Amino acid sequence: MIYNIPFITTAILAVIGLYAVIFKRNLIKIAIGITILESAVNLSLIAIGYRKGGVAPIYTNLPPNVDIPHGMVLPVPQALTLTSIVIGVATLALILAFAMKIYKHYGSLDSHSRRLKE
Amino acid sequence: MNIMLHMPALLIVLPLLAAFVTPLIDKLSRKARNAFVIAIVVIEEIMMLFFAFHIFSGNIAIYTMGSSEPTKLVTEAAVPIRIVLEVDAMSAFMGIISATVAMAAAIYSISFVEESKGKGKFYTLLLIMLAGMIGMEFTGDLFNMFVFLEILSISSCALIAYRNSDGNAVEGAFKYMVVSNIAALLVLFSIALLYSQYDLLNIAALSKVISYTELDKVALVLLVTSFAMKAGSVPMHYWVPDGYSPAPASITAMLVSATQASLYALFRVSFTLYGKVITASYIGVFLIILGLLSMFIGVTMALSQKDIKRLMAYHSVSQTGYMLLGVGIGLYLLNTSDFNTYGIKAMEGGIFHIINNAMYKGLLFLTAGAIFYRLKTRNLNEMGGLAHSMKYTTLFFIIGALAIAGIPPFNGFASKLLIYEAAYRVSPILSIVAMIVSILTLASFVKVFHSAFMGAKIYEVEEAPKSMLIGMAILAAVIIILSIFPGLVVDKIVAPAAHALANWQVYAGGV
Amino acid sequence: MSIVVRTIASSIFPMALIFSFYVIMHGHLTPGGGFQGGAIAASAVVMLLAAHGYKRMESKLSMDGLSFVESTGAIIFVVVGLAGLIAGVSFMYNLLVGSPIFGYVPHGANGGYLNSGGILPILNLAVGLKVIAGLSSVVLAMILFTEGEE
Repeated sequence: MIYNIPFITTAILAVIGLYAVIFKRNLIKIAIGITILESAVNLSLIAIGYRKGGVAPIYTNLPPNVDIPHGMVLPVPQALTLTSIVIGVATLALILAFAMKIYKHYGSLDSHSRRLKE
Repeated sequence: MNIMLHMPALLIVLPLLAAFVTPLIDKLSRKARNAFVIAIVVIEEIMMLFFAFHIFSGNIAIYTMGSSEPTKLVTEAAVPIRIVLEVDAMSAFMGIISATVAMAAAIYSISFVEESKGKGKFYTLLLIMLAGMIGMEFTGDLFNMFVFLEILSISSCALIAYRNSDGNAVEGAFKYMVVSNIAALLVLFSIALLYSQYDLLNIAALSKVISYTELDKVALVLLVTSFAMKAGSVPMHYWVPDGYSPAPASITAMLVSATQASLYALFRVSFTLYGKVITASYIGVFLIILGLLSMFIGVTMALSQKDIKRLMAYHSVSQTGYMLLGVGIGLYLLNTSDFNTYGIKAMEGGIFHIINNAMYKGLLFLTAGAIFYRLKTRNLNEMGGLAHSMKYTTLFFIIGALAIAGIPPFNGFASKLLIYEAAYRVSPILSIVAMIVSILTLASFVKVFHSAFMGAKIYEVEEAPKSMLIGMAILAAVIIILSIFPGLVVDKIVAPAAHALANWQVYAGGV
Repeated sequence: MSIVVRTIASSIFPMALIFSFYVIMHGHLTPGGGFQGGAIAASAVVMLLAAHGYKRMESKLSMDGLSFVESTGAIIFVVVGLAGLIAGVSFMYNLLVGSPIFGYVPHGANGGYLNSGGILPILNLAVGLKVIAGLSSVVLAMILFTEGEE
C-alpha cells in the first residue's frame, strides 16, 4: 500500500536513530541519532495528519473547488510537528554545546575513552 | 477580576515572566536581582498555598487559555481543542512541593553559587525550571505536557552543566540530555498514536473515550517507560548519580522534585488517562517490580559510594522505589474490592512519601552542598569533625538523615509505615524488602554522619553563610511540621490527592 | 573569505532580513511565523559571520545585546498574554479582535489581510525577535568556544 510508505519509513528511521544512540560511541553520532529519531517522530505525526488528496490547510493559497474543510489535511499534527521541530533545535544546540565542552575537557569525543584519560 | 479563577495560568506565567526579566535586572544591580528572584519565589509559594487549599476543599480548577470564558470549554465541535489547564488535588499537591523546593533552592543559591557572569542566567534557568515543573503538573493536555517536559529537561540540563569547568558536570548533563530527549520523543510518539485514533489531546476527554486497542497498549507502554526513565527508576537510573552529583546543590534539590514531576506524569497517565480501561493490572505489577528493583539496587549501590552527593543520588533512586511501590500497589488493586480497604492506604503512603522525599532529600543535598562550599570536596574520606564548626548544618543533616531512614517521630516513618502495612497484605515479601532497604538506608547515613561530622576537629571552617542556612531551615521546618502532624497532613492533603488519582471520573468530569 | 564572497554576503544580508521580516509578519496568513522568520534572519547573521570572520564582526555583535533582545522578545510575548488576563478574560485572550490595530476579521476564503489576526502578529514578532537573538547567540557562543575563549 502506497499510503503505508510514510509509516514504514518512520519505523526504519526510528530503528536507525535508536541504533545510533545505543551502539555508537562518538558523541556527535549520538546527537545525529537523536535527530534521526526526532525526524521519525515528526514524519509519523505528519503522516497521521495526511488526508488522501488533501491540500495544505491555508485559506489564502487555496486552489479553486476545494471542499472546506474536508479537502484539507489536518492542521493540528502540523502544529505539533512545528513545535517539536522548534524544541528539537534547542535540544540539538544544547547537546552539541555539551559535546564541544566534553571535547575540550577530555580531548576526545569517544564515550569509552574519556574516563581513562582522567 | 476573580484572582482564584486565573490562578492556574498565573502560577505558570509568573516564574516564566520573572525568568526573562531577571537578566535585565541583572544588568542594573546584583542585589536588586537577588531581591527580585526571592520576591518572586516567595510570592509564588504563597499563591500556591492559597490556591492549593482552595483545591483541597473539593474543587477542580479548569482554565482554558485564550477562551472568552476560561472555566468552560466552549467550542463549536464540543471537543476541547484549546490548551487546557486542569488542577485537581494531586496536581495542587505536586505544585506545593515544587514551589517549596524552588523557594528553598533559590534562597540557598544566593551565597552558594559563586558570583560570576552567568549568575543572571542561572536564575533565569531556575525560574524556567520551576515554570516547567508547575506546567507539567497543572496541564490538562497531553501535548502541552510534552512541551513542559522539554522545557524542564532543557533548563535542568543547562543547570547541571552550570559549573562547566568540571568535566563531570558536562558529562552528566550530556547523559541526562540524551535520556530525557529519547524519553520525550517516545512520549511524543505515543501522543501521535493516541491522536491518530481519537483526534483528541485533552487528557480528560481522552480518558472518556479510550477503548484499549492494541495501539493504546503500545502508547501506554511507551508513556510508562519514558516517564519511569525520566523519574530515574532502576533499569534507567544510570543518569541519576552522574547528573545529580556534579550539579550545584540547590539544582540537585530541584532535580529531585523534577523527577517527581515525571512520576506525577506517570501516575496521571496510568490512573487517569487509562483509568477507565486498566482492569488487567500488568502495569501495577510492573510498577511494583520497578519499585522493588529501584529500592534495593539503589540502596546497595549507595552503600559503597565515597562521593557524598553520589551516595545521596543513589538513595534518591531507592526512595523513588518506595513511591513506585506504594502507588503501584494501588494500581494493582484498582477496581478490586481490596482497593478501598488497603489499596488506597498504599497510595496514600506512596503519595505522602513524595512530599517527604522532596523535603528531606532536598535538605540532605543542601547540607552536602554546604559541606562542599566550605571544604571544596565531595569525598567522604577527606571529611571529618565538621560537627565542631558547622553546628546548624549538622543539626539539619541529622533531621534529614533520621527522616529518610524512617526513625519514628519523623515523617519518613509515617509514610513508610503506610506502605509497609498495605504491602504486607499484598505479599509479605514486599514489606520485608522495604524494611531491609530502610535499615540499609539508615546504615549508609550513619556512615556519612560518622565520617563527615564526627571525630576530632580537622578543618578550621566556618558555619555556612546565612542564606544557605535559611534555605535549609525552610525545608527542615517543613519536615518538622510534617512529622508533628502526620495524621492531619494525610487527612487534609494526601488523602484528597490519592482519591483524585484513584477516581478518574472526577478528573474527566471536570471538562 | 575573498572580497567577492564578502561583498555578495553584505549585499544579500538586507534582502535576507527583509524576507525574514515578511515571513514573520505573514505568520498568521501563510506558512511561516516567528520561528521560521527568525531562523532565516539568524542564518543571514551566520552567513555574515562566515564571510567576514568573527574578528571583523566582533564589534557589531555582542552577547549582552543579543541576550537583551532575547529577553525583550520573551517579555513582550508574556505581557501580551497577560494583557488578556488583566482585562479580565483569560490568559492569551485575543484582545485585539475587532479593534483598529490588526483587528479586521475576514470571512471565507480570501487573499489574506495583513491587518487581521489580533494579537497573533505581535506574538509572531516577539517570537521572531527571540529566535533571531537566540539562534545568533547559539552560533556566537560556539564560535567563541572554538576560538578558545570561555
